[in-house]
This record gives sequence, C-alpha cells and structure tokens, in this order.
Amino acid sequence: MARYDRAITVFSPDGHLFQVEYALEAVRKGNAAVGVRGTDTIVLGVEKKSTVKLQDSRSVRKIVSLDDHIALACAGLKADARVLINRARIECQSHRLTVEDPVTVEYITRYIAGLQQKYTQSGGVRPFGLSTLIVGFDPYTGVPSLYQTDPSGTFSAWKANATGRNSNSMREFLEKNYKETSGQETIKLAIRALLEVVESGGKNIEVAVMTKEGLRQLEEAEIDAIVAEIEAEKAAAEAAKKAPASKQT
Amino acid sequence: MECVFGMVGKGFALVVADTSAVNSILVHKSNEDKIMILDSHKLMGASGEAGDRAQFTEYVQKNVSLYQFRNGIPLTTKAAANFMRGELATALRKNPYMVNIVLAGYDKETGPSLYFIDYIATLHKVDKAAFGYGSYFSLAMMDRHYHPDMTVEEAIKLAEQCIEEIRSRLVVAPQNFVIKIVDKDGAREHSWRRTTKD
Repeated sequence: MARYDRAITVFSPDGHLFQVEYALEAVRKGNAAVGVRGTDTIVLGVEKKSTVKLQDSRSVRKIVSLDDHIALACAGLKADARVLINRARIECQSHRLTVEDPVTVEYITRYIAGLQQKYTQSGGVRPFGLSTLIVGFDPYTGVPSLYQTDPSGTFSAWKANATGRNSNSMREFLEKNYKETSGQETIKLAIRALLEVVESGGKNIEVAVMTKEGLRQLEEAEIDAIVAEIEAEKAAAEAAKKAPASKQT
Repeated sequence: MECVFGMVGKGFALVVADTSAVNSILVHKSNEDKIMILDSHKLMGASGEAGDRAQFTEYVQKNVSLYQFRNGIPLTTKAAANFMRGELATALRKNPYMVNIVLAGYDKETGPSLYFIDYIATLHKVDKAAFGYGSYFSLAMMDRHYHPDMTVEEAIKLAEQCIEEIRSRLVVAPQNFVIKIVDKDGAREHSWRRTTKD
C-alpha cells in the first residue's frame, strides 16, 4: 500500500485515495469541535488546550466569522484553516458585490468543499488537513443551518455534529441526547457534548453562539457558569439514581 | 450638474448630495441615493459617471468589509481614503473611474474627518469639500460662514444656505438633496430637502 500514497493523483488498486485518508487522520488529531443546531440558535464549541501558559489566548480565535451571518469552526491543521477561511471571506464579499445579496450557508459550504476537493485532484499539492463546521442563518428564510466539510471535499447538513479529537464519543453522546432545543438549552447541549471529551472549565472551552442578530463569543465567566449548572444537574441525576436503589435494600 | 459637498463640525462630519439621476435632458429619478454608508462610521458621497460611481463605491465597500472580517477591527477613515486613492490611481492610466468622492468618517481616536478624493486620484484631508458645478456656490458659501467646531444645528443651517444658493443660481439645479451625518454614534441619514415628491 505504501507505493500508492506519494502523488495523490493516483488511486490505489482497491480504490483508496491515501492522501485524503491521511488528511482525515490529521483531522482526528486536531482539537475537538462540536456544532449544535437549535430552532433559533446555533452553537459552536471548540476545545482549547490550556498547556500554553505564555501565549496570548486572544490571538488564537478558533471560531471565526466569515460574514455577518456565517461562522466557522474547524479541526485539523490551523495554517491550512487560515488559507481556507481567507478564501471564504473573499468569496462572501465577492458574492455580495456581484449579486448584491449575502451568501446562503449552503453556498459558502459548497464553495469551501469545492476548494477542498480541488486539492485532491491536482498535481503536486496535498489536501487541506481540516474539517470545518459551518453555521449560519439563511438571509432570506431565516432558517438555521449547520454544515460539515472534510478534506475529501464532501459536505452535508447536520442537526448536530462533532469533529476532531474523540469526535466519535461526542457524536454518540449527541445521537443519544439530541432533541430540538432553543436558546440556552442549545448552548448547554453543545457544552455537555464537549465536556464528554474535554477537561471541564471555562478556560478549556471556546463557545460561540450564532443568532439572527449575529455571532457572540461567550466570556469565560459565562461558560464557567453554564458548566457549573451542568455539573449540578449531573450530580442531581446521579443522586436520584442512587436513592431508589438504596430504598430497595 | 451633480452636487456633492461636505464639512466637519464638532464631533461630527456632514455630507450633502443631490439625488437626481440624469441622462442628457431626461431625469430618470430624483431620489437616487449617492451617499453610501461604507461601514458603521463612514460615509461616502460620490458624483460622476453613474456606472462607475456604483461600481467603484460598491467595490470599495466590499473591500472595507473584507478588511474588517480579516482583521477583526474596522479600517480607519484615513486608511479607507488612501485605499480608495490607490485604486483610483492604479486604474487611472488604463481605465479610469470617473468618480469624485467626499469621504466622511468618525474614528474614536482622532474624531471626525473629511477627505476630498478626485477622479484623477487627488487626495486631500479637508474641513470642507465640494464637487460639481454646485461647488462654485457651496464652497463660496462655506468659505464665508464656516468656522471650526460648529454644532449640528449650525452646520445644517449652513448646508441649507448652500442648497438655497445652488437652487437659485445654478441653471439646471437638482430638485432634491439628502443630508447624511456621521458621529460617535455612527453613520446615518439625517434629512432630505425636497422640491419634488418623486
């Protein structure tokens, strides 16, 4: 199999594009990211590694705005992310200039995915090593959407999804616990999913909330408060489980 | 016959433009908004070739937005003015934009400012500026009555005097004018001065 992964323009005999699969491995090593769609809110949450003490954390924004009504979070190679985000931002403004309308979430997702695909079918280049979670409200219908793209260039819409480190555990949690939520409930669900795989605490999580008014990054204190609420709820649930059992004995 | 003029007051800047869209002897409409709100704290009054005006001002607005998304902070008025001048200068010897611009902006650090940007890429930071045939009258009026640190009421009164002068002395005077203002609270439309209802 090693002979088929030098230039990505070649398929392996059993139909694999190894460079794309290795890019997906790079994504699996990236920080955990989760996105949850509610009825009036969409929440993005990203893990923040707190080992870098001397770094100015404000210069490392992991959830970015592409336009007034679109935000993106990603997992994988951050340098590749910078390039992709820049191209997407230009496309958002270019679209507004040529057709005098803002992009829909699907349009910009299709654009980013198209860009990622191009790099799987060109000579001498490697794929982008990142998966993105793109959220936003449709500027005409006001419908909230969450999309995911990956290094192969595929994209699809989701009610809730996770990518990056331990994304399988987060996705399992979301599958078990997802329900239509709105406002604060959506934020709590996203943070609960992240807490499954991330150390608890406001300084380990970055959360941003997209509403019709725009994107709002939550302050550390706010996140800490919600985390405390979640832990309290968890403790209460544990206690409730133990109490009937002890009555039976 | 397009008139655009502007002035700086105490903590604000004003831009006034006529609102007629004319093609030789036909007036297409008299409520054409020629003062574009570039971002939250910038106003751009433009006069000149209609197609170039729309194309250039929209292009500048989208690039100003892009800068903000890329860098997380808005451009200063000075930076926006220099960007515009650069674009006009680059196009000048190939395919010039026939647009004259009065750029007004408010920055938290430096306060209000006004820039005169000509179609051949002249850039001047000024307290009062005017373009078009109307400038013969509005500039003279402002030279006589303008003083630094005017209040909004004083500046509006001066703008009205300029509009009156244009209306009475310019042979094909525009019918309606729009006044837009930018201060620490942002850029917004202030009022209209109409003679027709279109």
